[in-house]
Amino acid sequence: MATKASRSAARLMMAPAVVLLLGWMLVPLCMTLYFSFKKYLPLRGGDLGWVGFENYVRFFSSSAFWPSVQATLVIVGGVLVITVVFGILLAILLDQPMWGQGIVRILVIAPFFVMPTVSALVWKNMFMDPVNGLFAHLWKFFGATPIEWLSQASMTSLIIIVSWQWLPFATLILLTAIQSLDSEQLEAAEMDGAPPLSRFGYITLPHLSRAITVVVLIQTIFLLSIFAEIFVTTQGSFGTKTLTYLIYQRVLESQNVGLGSAGGIFAVILANFIAIFLMRIVGKNLDA
Amino acid sequence: MGQITLQQVTKKFGDVQVIPPLDLTIEDGEFTVFVGPSGCGKSTLLRLIAGLEDITSGTILIDGEDATAISPAKRGLAMVFQSYALYPHMSVRKNIAFPMRMAGIDKAEQNRRIEQAATALNLTDYLDRRPGQLSGGQRQRVAIGRAIVREPAAFLFDEPLSNLDAALRVGMRLEISELHKRLETTMVYVTHDQVEAMTMADKIVVLRAGFIEQVGSPLELYRTPRNIFVAGFIGSPKMNLIEGPEATKHDAHTIGVRPEHIDVVETDGLWQGRVGVAEHLGSDTFFHVHDTGLAEMMTVRVAGEVNLRHGDRIHLNPRADQIHRFDDKGLRIQ
Repeated sequence: MATKASRSAARLMMAPAVVLLLGWMLVPLCMTLYFSFKKYLPLRGGDLGWVGFENYVRFFSSSAFWPSVQATLVIVGGVLVITVVFGILLAILLDQPMWGQGIVRILVIAPFFVMPTVSALVWKNMFMDPVNGLFAHLWKFFGATPIEWLSQASMTSLIIIVSWQWLPFATLILLTAIQSLDSEQLEAAEMDGAPPLSRFGYITLPHLSRAITVVVLIQTIFLLSIFAEIFVTTQGSFGTKTLTYLIYQRVLESQNVGLGSAGGIFAVILANFIAIFLMRIVGKNLDA
Repeated sequence: MGQITLQQVTKKFGDVQVIPPLDLTIEDGEFTVFVGPSGCGKSTLLRLIAGLEDITSGTILIDGEDATAISPAKRGLAMVFQSYALYPHMSVRKNIAFPMRMAGIDKAEQNRRIEQAATALNLTDYLDRRPGQLSGGQRQRVAIGRAIVREPAAFLFDEPLSNLDAALRVGMRLEISELHKRLETTMVYVTHDQVEAMTMADKIVVLRAGFIEQVGSPLELYRTPRNIFVAGFIGSPKMNLIEGPEATKHDAHTIGVRPEHIDVVETDGLWQGRVGVAEHLGSDTFFHVHDTGLAEMMTVRVAGEVNLRHGDRIHLNPRADQIHRFDDKGLRIQ
């Protein structure tokens, strides 16, 4: 694989894929950048010329901007904490030898196959509906007043829905990591007098650290851009307007492409900033 | 103190009986080796003593006290695993300190014992490294260090040398033997390698399919194997086993002669054959002899170098007082 001929052949054969990917990425990015410096209102006069940084100034100084960044971080953070913690617990549970292990594992993975729109609809109508939802019935059964989930506890509801979708992913990766733990290490720790909690803290958790960083990294990248769940449930009201949703509103509801593009560029920078930050942590963890 | 007694111990995995009722006493300060072919239950037996597996029935006594229901940590035994089982994210120092940390021993005492163990095991320069940065032999020493600092009643070794290369294995074998002489603590050692068993043990326990075939000192087993299995298992190269008319001459179903108890003579040997492969070790030469009419192949050990070629005729004389006789059930005839 290392001769000169084979290396240039490899480059040649990889070229189409690289060019395609690059184009796919660069064209939309450049167009967003282009529009972000223009006043572009498709239904109100179209392209109204260059405006410099006005779109950026308007986007950042808008009263909806900081709450949207905060909402994004709360959702990402909340979902990460829930999926990692419950992912570890579920992984440990699924690692125990039990009857019907194969079927249980498939069932656990199942939510990951449900489309975000569908799962959000199911949650909204089946569980969280204040009149007919299962939760409402449960509350009534115990004599309590049903919670109006999506308006009274909108953020919590969203975090629950998104966590439910991403928990299988975290569980799956953590389960494979747990399975790769040398059982002799746990036995050695047992002989060394470590009670179960210490064994978990000193042996299992450090062993899982890599898998956890991978889960956090991948999920963060995807969670920063969640949209369908919000669109289907709260439409961005009750404090659930994330950065992605704000950009969507600017472009499609206010029909202001320039303003939305400026927000889009900020979102790209934010995502890259977080990705680089996380990569450095992962890199450190992968070295060990 | 570290006397371990097994009384009528059994172990079943599901319906499979791995250890049939078994009685054994390991005396205080003794170096006991469990040896047997793979799958004979020797590792299971060690894990039963350690408490990592629950016994199905019977009693385990440690220093005369019933330890059957006691957790592994409280039995006061330390174990060295085949894979070393070091904690990869901790430095050597922290690995060795781990059992003391769990026992809540104070820092100064911890450091004293770590230094002591590190000096004894030549690990002083490596204390701040991670296990991943050490060679196989060094890792093994760290695992032993982790066991020593607990000052256990007995050490349990589960094939500790099988992951090392041949040269290192001989070195570590010596180190473990010396450690035993110095500490005078009970050690139970599991191996499938009869050379390790012979060289290290005070007492060898030969196991087959969970049954104890024979217990004794290395030389007892070598001189008076109780049955054909032990005869074939102990000693290298293997004992030659001969059935048929030649055995009947000695009033036995099977006779056995060790390769080192057969003399090569120029002419008029009792047995004759054709030389096959010769293994020259310098100090000794092992001849594989075919067409003797006694057994498929016989092995003969000759001291020094002998000038015999492939295909040459060879005359053999077994030493009459070194012939082992076995009956049709494979048991030794005294």
